[in-house]
Amino acid sequence: MGKPLLQFNDCGIYCAAGNFYIDPWKPVDDAVITHAHSDHARWGNKRYLAHHLSREVLKYRLGTDIQLQTVEYGERIQKNGVTISFHPAGHIIGSAQVRVEHKGEVWVVSGDYKLEDDGLSTPFEPVKCHTFISECTFGMPVYKWKDPSLVHQDINDWWRLNASEGRATVIAGYSLGKAQRIMHHLDLSIGNIFLHGVIANTHEALERNGIKLPAATRITPEVSKDEFKTGIIICPPSALGSPWIKRFQPFAFGYCSGWMALRGAKRRMAADRGFVLSDHADWDGLIKAIDATGCECVCLTHGYTASFSRYLSERGYNAHEAHTYYGGDEATEEDELPVEVLNEQGGVIGGTSNESEEVL
Amino acid sequence: MRDFAQLFASLDETNKTNAKINVLKDYFISVPAEDKIHTLALFTGRKPKRQINATLVKTWAIELANIPQWLFEESYQVVGDLGETIALLLPDGESTHGKSLAEFIREMNDLNTLTENEKKIWLIDSWTSMTRQERFVFNKILTGSFRVGVSQSLIVKALSEISGLNPAVITHRIMGNWDPATFSFHDLLQEEDGSDDASRPYPFCLAYAIQETSDKSKSAEEIAQDLGDTIEWQAEWKWDGIRAQVIHRKGEIFIWTRGEELATEKFPELHDFILSLPDGTVLDGEAICFAENKPLPFNVLQTRIGRKNLSKKILAESPMAFIAYDCLEFAGDDIRSMPFKHRRSVLEKLHQINPHQDTFQLSAIVQFDTWQELFDLRLQSRENHAEGFMLKKLDSIYQTGRKRGDWWKWKVDPLSVDAVMIYAQKGHGRRADLYTDYTFAVWDGDKLVPFAKAYSGLTDKEIKQVDYFVKRNTLEKFGPVRTVKPELVFEIGFEGINRSTRHKSGIALRFPRILRWRQDKKIEEADTLETLRAML
Repeated sequence: MGKPLLQFNDCGIYCAAGNFYIDPWKPVDDAVITHAHSDHARWGNKRYLAHHLSREVLKYRLGTDIQLQTVEYGERIQKNGVTISFHPAGHIIGSAQVRVEHKGEVWVVSGDYKLEDDGLSTPFEPVKCHTFISECTFGMPVYKWKDPSLVHQDINDWWRLNASEGRATVIAGYSLGKAQRIMHHLDLSIGNIFLHGVIANTHEALERNGIKLPAATRITPEVSKDEFKTGIIICPPSALGSPWIKRFQPFAFGYCSGWMALRGAKRRMAADRGFVLSDHADWDGLIKAIDATGCECVCLTHGYTASFSRYLSERGYNAHEAHTYYGGDEATEEDELPVEVLNEQGGVIGGTSNESEEVL
Repeated sequence: MRDFAQLFASLDETNKTNAKINVLKDYFISVPAEDKIHTLALFTGRKPKRQINATLVKTWAIELANIPQWLFEESYQVVGDLGETIALLLPDGESTHGKSLAEFIREMNDLNTLTENEKKIWLIDSWTSMTRQERFVFNKILTGSFRVGVSQSLIVKALSEISGLNPAVITHRIMGNWDPATFSFHDLLQEEDGSDDASRPYPFCLAYAIQETSDKSKSAEEIAQDLGDTIEWQAEWKWDGIRAQVIHRKGEIFIWTRGEELATEKFPELHDFILSLPDGTVLDGEAICFAENKPLPFNVLQTRIGRKNLSKKILAESPMAFIAYDCLEFAGDDIRSMPFKHRRSVLEKLHQINPHQDTFQLSAIVQFDTWQELFDLRLQSRENHAEGFMLKKLDSIYQTGRKRGDWWKWKVDPLSVDAVMIYAQKGHGRRADLYTDYTFAVWDGDKLVPFAKAYSGLTDKEIKQVDYFVKRNTLEKFGPVRTVKPELVFEIGFEGINRSTRHKSGIALRFPRILRWRQDKKIEEADTLETLRAML
């Protein structure tokens, strides 16, 4: 056997035959991007290849001057005899699984994915392959999502109750993906939507990309406080505990994330309400997706990689853990890079990160 | 059970005190009387006896969930709570049982008459007839680990608002030795106290710390500013024993600890002096090991408190005494609202006439004229086998619970060393799935020797940073424990230090905790085992 079609090296997931990287974490010449989240689409690459619907967000996050080529789902691109194509991952708008084919061998990199149709992202489609490089953010059997329509109903009921009692509703979810998903399912007969600056920026970028989103107001000092009382305010998790959030008092605070499935995580966030709503596959979803690829070999990039690979091995897969910089290893906030620990010389203790999420 | 599970969920759904009180009131008003009293029992720590051991519960849950055992164990590591882990792993269910909380508790109490197989059938039937939320609450009750996210004072407040009774009255009435099967919720909230429970203790009066952390050491001047004239205050040494109330009523005696545990049988040496007190007496004080006219370190007491049988050897090695500091009931009358000065004189008379002067000690009054004098004396606390001082206002009543103003504890600053974190383990509850439990080491030559575990003292932000470090700097994994690269240095504080044959380091610390993260220190600058030994 020759070299594997894709390898994990210092910079990212590398295809030697095609000389390109998928979701590299260090700057490279050719980067194929599964989706626009900051742990997958990083700054500093020479050329980017991504899906059409990631275009405006990538430009907003990485700079308008990036050299970016975009493609449609299913379109085939050739690089040094290697065929690359994008397939819907259902994670967020524009998210894709990247299929790589060379001399009859097929590998698929999942990026992040979920199986449920969220009404905005193109729904996940399984892709047959020999080797599947998968995330497993929620790869433990305690994570089992309930029907998302019930969660959206809970959010609307909670908003309605708050509005009737004259209390603002503040809901946190990460800015690209979760925020739009929450918004898309709101019952606008209750009140108006207000957006934190970071989310408003993403919102506008998506609209430039032709995505239809509900009408929402960017929060500025000019917006009258009275308007918040029946409104819903969507903010990133980082806004919690910041002075910014005080202007909405009195308010109830809710947090939308798959991590809310555990009481401990919910109590840590000190949220009034934790809504279990994730853009990642749950335990059953991961297994279903992996089975559907018909693959023999699975590489797990981030999440509960050790336990999940052991479980898959017991089910007959050739399963491995791969060390990557996605999701920040058992990440607690999906779109946020973990805080850095600095040593006395100002260097980062234990790993590096070259980017920080925009704040306020 | 549905109502109770919903109550629990509703309490979980808000962080606001008033909203929680309203949820509690709605619940107590709407459910049947039997459920009310069982709920109150659960909320005040009166759990039904555990009838199925945790291993069996786990085994049957694994069977029903249809997953390998190791995956169950790892799931538990992630969730940090057994009842919740099981609730999450079992296949989804609907609520079909139609049983109340009281009925389920009755069934649990009757389990001891069943065979193992019958228990299994009962448990699986129960699980499959419940929703996830019901299962969670049910599991918590079943495994004897039920704890609520609301404080007792909140429950008391809700009951007080329903009944119009004073919260202090309710706090007192729900103490003691009652059983939800016989205690009546109706009587509890009556105007007149209908209980004839001779064992019932009073709620303990608790003190706040006058200096919140050792960082904020207060000078004599600052204390003077806070407390005013010394003439209004009494100072006593703060003993490191077990806070307890001793009761002699209707010819019977009872010893209650601060954790509302009935511990009469644990301290046989104290029985004679309590029986010699006039009938209708309740004293507050410290149960403590005591020999040759002075208290012994806490670790001596520790060797006996966990034991079921107190052998002659144990009794000889750890003799008990009671250092009394207050009198709450005299001649059958509740005297808590009398001034402290008066209660003290009653206590002194009771002490004087008691024939058991060896086991009945009186907490000595520390004489001082200025706060500076007391400040200087406090530095000698350790030589006096005390943790510092208790300051009590002479004209104060005996308060219910923790109230600011009348009683203060003024502890001596903790001992401390700089140590290196070498192992980390995930926490439970609020800290589940985060590395929050650390083991620390000091240098012994060129080796790092573990000497203490500590769980608390860091901010949430610091915990997140250390968690991030641990996940990226793991050298080895042993089950749930990770060995981490020695790199982070912390200042560890503790109240006392003793020799120990059970620990590799040869020492055992009393109440170790993290004082601060020393990001300015390299591991080479951490302390040595020699430094610790010198503190013995």
